[in-house]
Amino acid sequence: MHPAPSVILFSTLSGLGFGLLAFLGLGIPAPTGWVAFVFFAIAYLLAVGGLIASTFHLGHPERALKAFSQWRSSWLSREGICAVAALIIMAIYGAGLVFFGTRWGVLGVIGAALSVGTVFTTAMIYTQMKTVPRWHNFTTPAMFLTICIAGGALLAGQIPLAMPLLVLAGAAQIAHWVLGDTALARSGTTIATATGLGARGEVRAFEPPHTGTNYLLKEFVYVIGRKHALKLRIIAILLMVALPLVLLLLSHSHILAGLAVISHLIGVSAARWLFFAEAEHVVGLYYGKR
Amino acid sequence: MTTLPTSTAKKLGLVIDLDTCVGCHACVISCKGWNTENYGAPLSDQDPYGENPTGTFLNRVHSYEIQPPDLGQGAAPAQLVHFPKSCLHCEDAPCVTVCPTGASYKRVEDGIVLVNEQDCIGCGLCAWACPYGAREMDAEAKVMKKCTLCVDRIYNENLPERDREPACVRTCPSNARHFGDFADPDSNVSKLTAERGGMDLMPEMGTKPVNKYLPPRVKDRDRSQDVDILAPFLEPIATETTGFLGWLDKALESMPGSSKGNTKGGSN
Repeated sequence: MHPAPSVILFSTLSGLGFGLLAFLGLGIPAPTGWVAFVFFAIAYLLAVGGLIASTFHLGHPERALKAFSQWRSSWLSREGICAVAALIIMAIYGAGLVFFGTRWGVLGVIGAALSVGTVFTTAMIYTQMKTVPRWHNFTTPAMFLTICIAGGALLAGQIPLAMPLLVLAGAAQIAHWVLGDTALARSGTTIATATGLGARGEVRAFEPPHTGTNYLLKEFVYVIGRKHALKLRIIAILLMVALPLVLLLLSHSHILAGLAVISHLIGVSAARWLFFAEAEHVVGLYYGKR
Repeated sequence: MTTLPTSTAKKLGLVIDLDTCVGCHACVISCKGWNTENYGAPLSDQDPYGENPTGTFLNRVHSYEIQPPDLGQGAAPAQLVHFPKSCLHCEDAPCVTVCPTGASYKRVEDGIVLVNEQDCIGCGLCAWACPYGAREMDAEAKVMKKCTLCVDRIYNENLPERDREPACVRTCPSNARHFGDFADPDSNVSKLTAERGGMDLMPEMGTKPVNKYLPPRVKDRDRSQDVDILAPFLEPIATETTGFLGWLDKALESMPGSSKGNTKGGSN
């Protein structure tokens, strides 16, 4: 799949932002006044910034409001609704903490659930794709959710919580890679089933429909960078989990924690780039590109 | 509404005969022509006369080679199959349910899968969900384009009756494409499917495609091992060279550096 920067930016930033909102909603921590303002400002910058980035890959962003209508069947529609509901509820909850110094607990818990729910719906957009076997299994939501929660704990300054959660997120990410590597082969979809000609003998793509490229090849048959996949995986896991853990173990200073967050963010971005670049869409079989 | 209808009154679709398709791409061109001049946003091209032309097509013809397995008597010759591919108007269309705006829908009356271009936000998710590559985002209009089964031809009373079928079917010079109602067991397409073993593409995806593909007929006889009746008369008469050429052969053979196998009998 084509790794669109807007979508990578969205899932990385808003995942972290909603993770922080979830912790704030649960009251871990429960700051008031200016401290609360700074926490909420960071969370909203990340979550809303990510959401805005995601509209850049739309052909007609001016029609985006229509996307709230099909929650019955569409995970993308559910994601939009969940995100807006989470942001509104958490804004009211945040106003209570910032301006009135009170914590409306029920509202916070609802907001936290919606924040995590948003990341879950994002993950399900990918998980539902039968056409991309690498995404079509439980490790996709597990990876998105654990990374969201670990990042949230890290940003919320919950160091004792963040350390085991980071390890868990790393494990989920590795599970996604390991299971994903054999997913296409296990799916049973091959050029033989794609063409229906497999019973006759070995099928080979002889000639593509056009000499040039097309939308399908650009969007679904992205193969650049696969040869560096293993190196990138190692870099991603080191920056996402290992380096933050080392920095947190060294000391609890704000500067080191800040460095841990930045390292984590870069690591997650690299992992998300791989999430798309390594994903094999079955339409590539028709072009003999799998 | 992007939830799918539980059933449709008709199941309009195509039968594509892989046995008779000659790979001329006429269906590709007539489709592009009709759907650029008529309903919806035109199918644009980018850099059409330049070095790297690309464009939107609703129908593309692939070519595949099948190499039959070697069953102990030497492999039969490879077979070339031309393979037109367009929207299969699936009964369980995954492209419809993922649409967040309701722009994608499957018609209750005839089962055609369409895009309402005024509602399409160009997110591309439906193209992700389609295993067949039937949907393409138009780079100019930024909306999703797909085969409409020429919905603006098949019901169009301004056209002569013989033209009321999809442009690809109407234009095919080898009659490899057939249009009809699969819900009717007596229709031309239902009969063809039953007689010729019409098949689904990627049945494991669970999309239940309406369009069916007729497999190419097996070649009636394997001629790869045939011996021509004139062959005995064409055998070389002299297998050993004599005279001057024979002497030259032996002389060259005895020179250092010559490999025995290569020069034998190959003196002239």
